[in-house]
Amino acid sequence: MSAISVAESHRLEEKFPEVFKTSFLKRHGLLVGIAATLLYLVFCWFFFNVGPALQNGKWDRASIYIQDWYSWRAQPRLRFGEDGTVNPQWSSRGQYPEGAAIDWLVPRADGGMSVHFGPDRLEVTTAQVDVYLNGQVWPVTITDGAALAPDNAPDAIVQDRTKVLVDFGFEGQAEIRDNQVAVQRRFLGWANFLYDPRSPLWGHDLFSTIGLIFSGEQVVAGKSNAQLVLDEWLGNRAWQHGDILTKLLQTLVMAFVGTLLATLFAFPLAFFAARTITPNRAPNWLMKRFFDFIRSVDMLVWALFFTRGFGPGPIPGIAAIFFTDTGALGKVYAEALENVDDKQREGMKSVGASSASVNRYGVVPQVLPVFVSQSLYFWESNTRSATVIGAVGAGGIGLKLLEAMGTNSDWDKVAYMVLLILVVVFVFDNISTAIRSRLIGPAGH
Amino acid sequence: MPMADISARHANLSPAGETLLRHYRGQVFNRRLYSTLIVLGVLATLGAAMAYANAANSGKFFERLPFMFDFIKNFVPRDPLEIFRAMFDLESPYFDGSAKYNYTANRIWLTDTFYIPYFLYQLMVTVNIAIVSTLIGGALGFCLCFFAATNLVGAGVVRWVARRIMEVLRAFPEIVIAGLLTAILSIGPIAAIAAVSLHTIGALGKLFFEVVENADMKPDEGLKSVGASWLERVRYAIVPQVMPNFVSYGLLRLEINVRASTIIGAVGGGGIGEVFRLSIGRDYAAQTYAIIILLLVTIIAIDQFSGWLRRRLVGDQSFNFAKASV
Repeated sequence: MSAISVAESHRLEEKFPEVFKTSFLKRHGLLVGIAATLLYLVFCWFFFNVGPALQNGKWDRASIYIQDWYSWRAQPRLRFGEDGTVNPQWSSRGQYPEGAAIDWLVPRADGGMSVHFGPDRLEVTTAQVDVYLNGQVWPVTITDGAALAPDNAPDAIVQDRTKVLVDFGFEGQAEIRDNQVAVQRRFLGWANFLYDPRSPLWGHDLFSTIGLIFSGEQVVAGKSNAQLVLDEWLGNRAWQHGDILTKLLQTLVMAFVGTLLATLFAFPLAFFAARTITPNRAPNWLMKRFFDFIRSVDMLVWALFFTRGFGPGPIPGIAAIFFTDTGALGKVYAEALENVDDKQREGMKSVGASSASVNRYGVVPQVLPVFVSQSLYFWESNTRSATVIGAVGAGGIGLKLLEAMGTNSDWDKVAYMVLLILVVVFVFDNISTAIRSRLIGPAGH
Repeated sequence: MPMADISARHANLSPAGETLLRHYRGQVFNRRLYSTLIVLGVLATLGAAMAYANAANSGKFFERLPFMFDFIKNFVPRDPLEIFRAMFDLESPYFDGSAKYNYTANRIWLTDTFYIPYFLYQLMVTVNIAIVSTLIGGALGFCLCFFAATNLVGAGVVRWVARRIMEVLRAFPEIVIAGLLTAILSIGPIAAIAAVSLHTIGALGKLFFEVVENADMKPDEGLKSVGASWLERVRYAIVPQVMPNFVSYGLLRLEINVRASTIIGAVGGGGIGEVFRLSIGRDYAAQTYAIIILLLVTIIAIDQFSGWLRRRLVGDQSFNFAKASV
C-alpha cells in the first residue's frame, strides 16, 4: 500500500480517535486467541500422546497399505522339491486359475523357474538363485539351512540371518530361504475385478465381454451370455460385487427410510411445539424438551441399543436415524413455524375457517418448501453418516468396510467401496440440490 | 372447509370470465394431480424400502419386537444408585469379584488421594477430540475457503480445484480414514482426530465460502483502489466481515463433531464411544446408563453454550443446524 506522510498520519489519528485507539481486546484479541489455541493444541499433543504414537507407528506398512489401494500383489511361494524342481504354490487367495500360463513366472528346462520383475529377474534353481539387477548377476547360494548373499552385494539385496531379501522397488520383492523363495509381484490396477479365477469367463476384459454379449457362441450351454456375464460378475468370489452392492443398497435404504419417517413424525409434532401455532405453554415446553432429549441422546446410543434388540441389519440403523432426526427436524421445523407470516393466518381466520383449515391453508403453504429443504439436508447428511452407523453394528456397507479393513489385505476392496460411496453421495447430493433449488430458488437455504 | 372449490357453479359470469375460470380450474386440477402422484410415489418407495429393510435384517421387525421389550425390561441396574456408583467409580455393595460390579478398578489416579472417574476421563478424551478436530478442520477450511469463493478468485481452475477437494473430503467415509490410521498407529485418538478433522475441512469450507461469497465487496474495492495485494484485501476487507459467522458455524460444527467423535470412537478411535460399545455389549446395565446420562448432559451443555455464544456473536439470525450437518 502507498505510504502517507507523518503529519498526515497524526492528523488522521487525532481526527478519528475511535479508529486508532481501541480497547486492548479489540487490538490484540486475535493474537491472544491464536496463542491460547496453540497452547491448547500443545496440551493436547501430550494429552493424546501424539509423539510416541507417531514414533511407534508402522510406517513401513503404511506404504504397502496405500499401494494396495491401486495395485495388487501376486504372492506365489516357489518350493524347492526333493528332485531338484521348483514348484509354485499359491494360497487360497491366488489370482490365477490352476495350470494357467503366467508370463512373468516361466518354468525352465532344468526344472527351475524364472521370475520376471520388469527389466530385472530371478533365476531360481534349488542350488542357486541368480538375481539379475540392472543387467548384473548376483548369485545367491542355497546351502543346507541358509541362503547366502554374495559379498559386495548392492543395497537391494540384504542378508537377514538365514534368508536373503531382494527388493525390486514397486515391481515387487523376494525372500529367498533354504527351502523356498517367497515372491511378491506387484501390478497396477485391481486383479480379477470382472471374474474370479474359477469362473469360465476368467481372462476376459471389458471389451471382450461386450463382444461376448452381443456375438459369439454360448460359453455355457443353455445360458445366454448376458445372463452368464451378470451372474459371474455379481458372484465374483474375490470381489463380492453382489454382496457389496446389496450392502450399499441397505445403507441407502437406512438413510432414506430413517429420514422420511422422521419427517413424517416431526411434521405434526412441530405444530404442537411452535408457540405461534399452539398458544399453550405446557405442550410447547413438553414437546420442545422431548425433541431436545431424543436429539441429544447420541446416534451411537440409539444404534447400539436397537442393534441389541433387533439384531444387525438395516432396522437398527433406521431406528437410530429416525430417533435422532425426529428430534433435530422437530426443532428446526418448530423454529420455522414460529417465523411464519401471520397475515395469511389472519386472512383465513377472518373468513371463519376452522383451526385445521387455518393451518392447512394459512401455514403449510408457507413452510412446506422450507420443511422439505431441511429434510433434504438431513437426507444428504444421513447418506454419509449411515456408513458409520453401519460400522458400529447396524450392518450395511459400513460393516463390510470394517471387515475388509480388519484383514489388512483387502485395501483394494476398501478403495472400491470408497469409490462407490463417493459416487453415490455425489449423485444424491446433486438430486437433493436440484430438488431444493426448484422448491426455494437457487439461493438454496 | 374446501378452499379452492373447483366444482362450484358460478351463474353470472361473462364468457371471458368463464374461460378464465375454466383455465384456473384446469391448473388447480393439474397441480393437485401432480402433488398426489408425487406423494403416492414417495410413499410407495418408502413402503418398498421398509419391506426390503425388514427382509435384509437378521431379525424381522415384528418377530423381534418382543425381544426388544424384554431387553429393555431386563436391562436395568440392581438399584438406581448403582448408576451413580458406576459414574463416579464408587465401590458397589454387589461387588462379587466380577468385572460387572468392579467400578473402582479403572480409576485414573492423579495424586495419591485424588482420582478422575474413568467415564469422565473418557468423556474428556472424546470432547477434546471434537475440539481439536474442529480447530484443525476449521483452520484448514478457513485457509481453503477463500480459494473457493467466486468473488475472490473468479470462476476458474482454482475455484474448481478447491471445491472438488472440499467435496471429496466431505463425502470420504470417516471410518476408512480412521481404519487406515488404526492399522498404522494402532487404536487411539489420533485416528479419530484425523478422520473428524478431514471431514470438518470439507463441511466448514463449504459453509465458509458461501459466507465469503455473500460478503460486502465495498471494503475490498476500497483497498483495491489504494493498490492492496490480494492477501491484504482478504485480510482487511473480507476476514473482519465474515469472522463472526465463521466462528458461529465453527461452534455449530463443534456440536456435530462431539457426536461424530463418539461414533468414530466406537469403531476404533477410543474415548467414551468405545467404552459404551463394550459396556452395552457385555450387558453392564449400570455402566451403560451412566454413560448415556453423561453423554446426554455433555451434549446438552455444549449445545446450550454454543447456542448462547452464537446468539451473542451474530444475533438472532440463527444458523441452520440442518445445513451445517451436511
